[in-house]
Amino acid sequence: MAQRYKRAIVIGASRGIGAELAVRLAQSGTQVAILGRSAAHLDSVMAQAPENLRAYVHDVTDLTAIPALFQRITADLEGLDLLIYAAGVMPNVGPLEFDPAISQDILMVNLNGAVAWLDEAAARFAGTGHGTLIGIGSISGDRGRRLNPAYHAAKAGLATYLESLRNRLSVRGVTVTTIKPGPVDTAMTASYSGKKMPLDVATAKIFAQLGAGREVYLSPVHRAIFAVIRHLPSGVMRRLSL
Amino acid sequence: MTLPRDAVRRLSGFGFSAHADGYVVPCATEDDLRRAFALARANDRPVVLRGAGRSYGDAAYRAEAVVLDLTPMNQIEAWDPATGRIIAQAGVDIDHLWRRTLPDGWWPPVVSGTSFTTVGGALAMNIHGKNHFRSGSFAEHVVRIELMTPDGQILPLRPQDPRFRAVIGSAGLLGVVLRAEIQFKPVTSGDLRVLAFTVPDWHAQFEAMERYAGDANYLVSWVDLFATGSGAGRGVIHAAWYPDESAPKTLTLEHQALPSKILGLVPKSQVWRALRPLNRRAGMRFINAAKYLSSRIKGNGKEHCQSLVAFSFLLDYVPDWRRAYEPDGFVQFQAFVPRAAAQATFAELARRAQAAGQEAFLGVLKRHRPDPFLLTWALDGYSLAMDFRVNPALAATQTALFMKMTETVLSAGGRFYLAKDSTLTAAQFRAYLGPDAIAAFAQIHAQMDPEGLLTSALSERLGLDQVGPASPTESS
Repeated sequence: MAQRYKRAIVIGASRGIGAELAVRLAQSGTQVAILGRSAAHLDSVMAQAPENLRAYVHDVTDLTAIPALFQRITADLEGLDLLIYAAGVMPNVGPLEFDPAISQDILMVNLNGAVAWLDEAAARFAGTGHGTLIGIGSISGDRGRRLNPAYHAAKAGLATYLESLRNRLSVRGVTVTTIKPGPVDTAMTASYSGKKMPLDVATAKIFAQLGAGREVYLSPVHRAIFAVIRHLPSGVMRRLSL
Repeated sequence: MTLPRDAVRRLSGFGFSAHADGYVVPCATEDDLRRAFALARANDRPVVLRGAGRSYGDAAYRAEAVVLDLTPMNQIEAWDPATGRIIAQAGVDIDHLWRRTLPDGWWPPVVSGTSFTTVGGALAMNIHGKNHFRSGSFAEHVVRIELMTPDGQILPLRPQDPRFRAVIGSAGLLGVVLRAEIQFKPVTSGDLRVLAFTVPDWHAQFEAMERYAGDANYLVSWVDLFATGSGAGRGVIHAAWYPDESAPKTLTLEHQALPSKILGLVPKSQVWRALRPLNRRAGMRFINAAKYLSSRIKGNGKEHCQSLVAFSFLLDYVPDWRRAYEPDGFVQFQAFVPRAAAQATFAELARRAQAAGQEAFLGVLKRHRPDPFLLTWALDGYSLAMDFRVNPALAATQTALFMKMTETVLSAGGRFYLAKDSTLTAAQFRAYLGPDAIAAFAQIHAQMDPEGLLTSALSERLGLDQVGPASPTESS
């Protein structure tokens, strides 16, 4: 396969989907900058494709650091073709738990950090008329279910933000893809007992769809189910223990 | 401190065979330039100077650098129709120059094949035209320049200054040419007397070029680089003269306007679309043969009149013709070879390209003379320019061909032209310049840009921006 992306940034690449995507890209010949909170985790990702990966320790809630770090990384990479925002947290939240600190952390990592990073790349790609932006959203963003209000809101916000970017930038030659996984077998879903997609399967599907330029469900079943759920009346939603 | 994030642009050269993204900072004044240098320093970025981007290769960009766009420095500061002296800022292009001067009876002494090169670019790259054998390069008609070094100082430089001879052709590595005072050429007609005739092979090409070089004002030959055997080197020579008689009406802008349609019918802005399907090996083999054969039939050996603009700016005649090379672009390989070796060397280059199945779609032969500039391509001899369509699927074949052709030229004592170059290595560059020129340049470079702020992808590739002062240990 011809190398599609020369240079990429993956935020949230210390574990899970971000780490797997970064390694896959690196193995396909892409120069990849990986960002995460944990230097130790980044080191173990680095070990899988050391020649094409470079690591930057970064906490996405440190919003003010992002513009300078973005310019430093694009200078180190000598350009940028692809940015993947894969950072996300999904702490367990009790049925009647409304902890402001937890909610704010969910919004910061899943949404505010995403907007901050994607804004930098969007400004650049709007100027160069070239580039691909990826956000790892979730089927959780399709409706505000009982489960985890801040998480649903953050993923809905991310999907809507990416839709706006797509509408702004597609005429300028920029591709914006929203990935909507269901439960994937990673550390994030350790306490989830339902059916989970294996991580390598999810990564392969995402990798194949990077250039899709639209919302992508990883499972056709989810796609069908959520087409219905998105249109359920509120009165029905209140009675469903989804 | 960060760079303006909305300033990033994708930049390429005239052949758009490669590109990179940089932070483009438009500069209209000397203060703009000083601020841009300060911005680059504060962000620890190198600086690239860019005019109209008409160099074919990578001379006017470098990945993630601060790129100073000099086209807003576009004022003609003084024009004296009595003496033909003009003072123009770096970003003024040749199109604006002649439009200002021709109605007063003056024409640029030297022009490139496109009128969209800027004065700054013309000097930085040491451009020439179809009258090089007779009139020298553009810079040889400059009586004074002002140069801003990266520290913000302004140096007035005259042609006898060794620094002037280093700046010309240095590809923007020594400073920003702010303005140049240029001596124009008086003309009494806006037309040229043009003689076009076919030549059947390499031998006839060189015989005719030698014959007309002593007499014509302009001389250029198109070569069919697909032709083999006894037809190898066949082509059409155009020789042109300034007419003796005066024709004031032809000095007007109206007279010089290029037609907007071809055959009075097809809008020229759409012609590139028709070229596109033909712009491959079989199509170009046919077009080259058709051009040669039709030139033998129509008007062969007869003189005709052509406007200065139509004769000079062939690259502007069909708008957007370069788009026929989309998406991968083209590379021009232009070799300058001493007179005695030129015929054999060029025949060898054509054979090598044919053997690789990579014939050049366009070949242009010109006559040249030496000049006093330090990093020059100029010599007493000939150049052959060959346009190659870039094919990423055959990258290895094409790279190997360019390397072999370069070695052929170097062993003939040849030189290369940085405005066209996309393929030279640092070692090949040093090989033709020789150690004395390299050392002399290094000394001036260390004096004018001691920080090593100025660069480009070209300078990086050729090691030009790495040239520092020769250390005592190295020279011992």
